[in-house]
Amino acid sequence: MTATPGATTEKLLQVRDLQTSFDLTKTLSVQAVDGVSFDVHAGETLAIVGESGSGKSVTSLSIMGLLPKDNGRITGGSITLMGRDITHLPDAEMRDIRGRDIGMIFQEPMTSLNPVHTVGQQIAEMVVRHRAVRKSKARARAIEMLDLVGIPEPHRRVDAYPHEMSGGMRQRAMIAMALACEPRILIADEPTTALDVTIQAQMLELMQGLQDKLGMAMIFITHDLGVVAEIADRVVVMYAAQVIETADVGEIFGNPRMPYTAGLMNSIPRLGASRRQERLEVIPGTVPALTALPTGCRFHPRCSFAAEVCVRAAPTLEDGGDGHMIRCARWRELDLAMPQQEAS
Amino acid sequence: MTALVEVDRLHKHFPIRGGVLQRVVNSVKAVTDVSFEIRSGEVVGLVGESGSGKTTVGRTILRLADATSGAVRFDGLDVMGLGPATLRQLRKRMQIIFQDPYASLNPREKVREVLTHPLKLHGIGTRADHQDRAVSLLEKVGMSPDHLDRYPHEFSGGQRQRIGIARALAVEPEFIVADEPVSALDVSIQAQVINLLGDLKTDLDLTMLFIAHDLGVVEHICDRVIVMYLGRIMEIAPADTLYSRPNHPYTQALLSAVPIPEPGKRKSRIVLKGDIPSPIDPPSGCVFRTRCQMATSECAKVVPPLRTIGPDHMSACIRTA
Repeated sequence: MTATPGATTEKLLQVRDLQTSFDLTKTLSVQAVDGVSFDVHAGETLAIVGESGSGKSVTSLSIMGLLPKDNGRITGGSITLMGRDITHLPDAEMRDIRGRDIGMIFQEPMTSLNPVHTVGQQIAEMVVRHRAVRKSKARARAIEMLDLVGIPEPHRRVDAYPHEMSGGMRQRAMIAMALACEPRILIADEPTTALDVTIQAQMLELMQGLQDKLGMAMIFITHDLGVVAEIADRVVVMYAAQVIETADVGEIFGNPRMPYTAGLMNSIPRLGASRRQERLEVIPGTVPALTALPTGCRFHPRCSFAAEVCVRAAPTLEDGGDGHMIRCARWRELDLAMPQQEAS
Repeated sequence: MTALVEVDRLHKHFPIRGGVLQRVVNSVKAVTDVSFEIRSGEVVGLVGESGSGKTTVGRTILRLADATSGAVRFDGLDVMGLGPATLRQLRKRMQIIFQDPYASLNPREKVREVLTHPLKLHGIGTRADHQDRAVSLLEKVGMSPDHLDRYPHEFSGGQRQRIGIARALAVEPEFIVADEPVSALDVSIQAQVINLLGDLKTDLDLTMLFIAHDLGVVEHICDRVIVMYLGRIMEIAPADTLYSRPNHPYTQALLSAVPIPEPGKRKSRIVLKGDIPSPIDPPSGCVFRTRCQMATSECAKVVPPLRTIGPDHMSACIRTA
């Protein structure tokens, strides 16, 4: 495994063969995460990429112990956080871990912010809970955090309710809360998807700055390949509940080896590309439903390289060297190298 | 090329009522002094962030919303002044594709009804014609006639958007407003729908207003692009010019904010400070000045006019234009 420059190779989080299923009805359940494995090292950013229904968010909910109680559960595999198995930890212990060791931010800030408490109260509560400090000190910490995430006039804003803030400001407040106890890992689930590009640019810059300052690792869940290219060190690509490719970010973009990954890269209209007004390359068809998965390779009905073997046998994740893992029966014989992009 | 759609000094202010008497106390200035034209056969992109007024402009052109002042002319007809009967006539010639394929189809209507409804409404053809037409519409958007008797919930987002497109095409319009037609779709499905729109534009010789916030998609499909901010036009230019030589500081910031899917190619980025100001009380002078790196005290005094700075290229900035 190649390490990120500047990062140590300490394994903070190990996910091994994770299986998560959801009951749809009393008799029908689906495997939303099927055999997912990856490591997160100190200080690095791992991006999990996939389309809707790929299992990327369920993977993160499984790690955080936030699967819906009534119908979701981990049915196999393990999650190890700093050497400790947290796969089936009781709620109370999981609550201690969340916020202290793992920070979380979501697409919609109001899912983490409570509308009836001030932003300051919420950050302070978190600090009091995990750090056993006095209230006055926790309030000071809240102000310090709001300042850190670039909220103007933190002394005044600390007493603001979430509804009194703009969307971008709320997003910052949520980040402040997630980082108040200096977690080792921040899990960000589509944190910039609902934002305008100029605000997204502010957030990405903020998060990278904070990562440098605090040295935390990040798991960044997104469907936006542009964001991935900017922020990630390593990339896990998911499709229909499975990991289909993992590699360093440069390798994933420059030398994708699974046809789905290559297809995704080719189908996005790129800014400043000379291919203007030509037809975009297309992945035909749609993502299969988890209740009606194809035989063999789950991508084969949409794959232009599908052969008889792809219909018959489910491919395993194979090692292509240098930590590049590929789930494709034909990866050795396919040439999917990206066409050279013109320099703009 | 002649102008099919002319928008002339369009204003749209939404009143805010307050107090016991529900008097108008203020207003949201959604669109202020917007003028542009769309030429026959052209795809014009309308870009801007949330609150820029781009959707309101689109809806006002189709008269799905009434303007506060200003004029919209479609093929020379004054859209604002039309009575109900003539407006209905005109609606046959202009259609809309919505962003959310889940919300824009009636869940109780089968695809067959979705597609024949507009034909009945406008009294086009006979009943038998309608069935043939529905089949050919579905084929045109890349779906099979087997889908005619299914309900919207049986389809994926991409398929629903195709049905929405087929519905818009049913009355054979000349002009289509596409309001964020691909933003709700998955990446691998977006490309399919973008290609479909491109093909239809060529095959049917459509004129289109393409409203979007994704600058990559807009560059790909549009001939000219209009950039809006807080209800006003900042810049208008041919797509090539806008992306290679943006003039307005806002356009420059917007383009530099788009993440590029090529690792290691992190550009020097203009990061705008703060949020978009409230459209209830927009800044005086240039509305962008509160976030602009180049702003001077002069920018607060006058509203910068859209000035022609090159072939087909206009920009509203006293510092750069």
